[in-house]
Amino acid sequence: MGLITSPTALSLVEAEEGTKILAPNIVITSFDKVINWARVSSLWPMTFGLACCAIEMMAVYASHNDLDRMGIIPRGSPRQSDFMFVAGTVTKKMSEVVRRVYDQMPEPRYVISVGSCANSGGIFNTYSTVQGCDTFLPVDVYIPGCPPRPEAFIEGIIKLQEKMMREQFHWSRWR
Amino acid sequence: MEPLKIADEIKEQFPDEVLDIREFRGQVAVTVKKARIVELCRYLHDEPSLFFDFPADLFGIDYLGKKENRFAVAYNLYSIRHRHRIVLKAEVAEASPVIDSVLPVWAGVNWHERECFDLFGITFTGHPDLRRILLPEGWEGYPLRKDYPLKGPGPDQEWPGFVDVLDRAEQYKKYEWHG
Repeated sequence: MGLITSPTALSLVEAEEGTKILAPNIVITSFDKVINWARVSSLWPMTFGLACCAIEMMAVYASHNDLDRMGIIPRGSPRQSDFMFVAGTVTKKMSEVVRRVYDQMPEPRYVISVGSCANSGGIFNTYSTVQGCDTFLPVDVYIPGCPPRPEAFIEGIIKLQEKMMREQFHWSRWR
Repeated sequence: MEPLKIADEIKEQFPDEVLDIREFRGQVAVTVKKARIVELCRYLHDEPSLFFDFPADLFGIDYLGKKENRFAVAYNLYSIRHRHRIVLKAEVAEASPVIDSVLPVWAGVNWHERECFDLFGITFTGHPDLRRILLPEGWEGYPLRKDYPLKGPGPDQEWPGFVDVLDRAEQYKKYEWHG
């Protein structure tokens, strides 16, 4: 982030006799960077627990790993969430619901596919299981594992944040 | 009561119904004909010395190519009062996969019978709400039958609901937001 702080940032100037105030601090950056920085600092996931990966997801939210410190608060409503965890085995019967929840989310929206089953169907190459949720969803980040460890979850979220930080030309013209 | 003794008592009470009694590691399975299954279950439930008040499980079995009658419906019964259990197997032929519902005896088998219907295609006559329970409505075929392909009947015979999801995903691709 291109923060340029004036060299006299912490120096005091005398505004009037006996009154000293901080010198003006100047931050120069682009809209893209500020807005992206604000977005990645407050990601609200749509929790979508489908199988055992959801148990691991709960563990990541809980106090040991604590996603709250990254500004990530689980949101039960698709209307107010920024990205979606697809955590677990997606069956064909459930795919309809997953797709509908995704369609209800406001843009910009992202999808993190969690675990072997959501990535590729995993061990369930059967009549009832969708062979990877990317067949009907645009997936941004894949987290491997069966289920992934909490560290993998956090790494996946950081990857998503990096991806969001690289977005340009959307919130303003490049300057 | 000892499980073999229970089996003997069933045979005494219904000599024409019992086809086979088998013991394996202390568990006794009684194979019966399906015609008087409700009557038989009613007896097991009501007789004070047996008192099978808890239907622990009910499921279908597919003996494809191993037995003359292809299907069987198995009842795992348990008595909470006497702490004994027995397995009842009612043979069902492939030509008419129909058996009477034991719902009048145990109300708890409602969903078990629906599951058995869902995955094996065995119809339970007398069941008040016999429709699919796990698979979606409009699914073709019965997946736990041995001749059902494991990976499904193929892409051209996909379940219409999933085809619809794939179509919609393709259709909405042009609205996707590219950051």
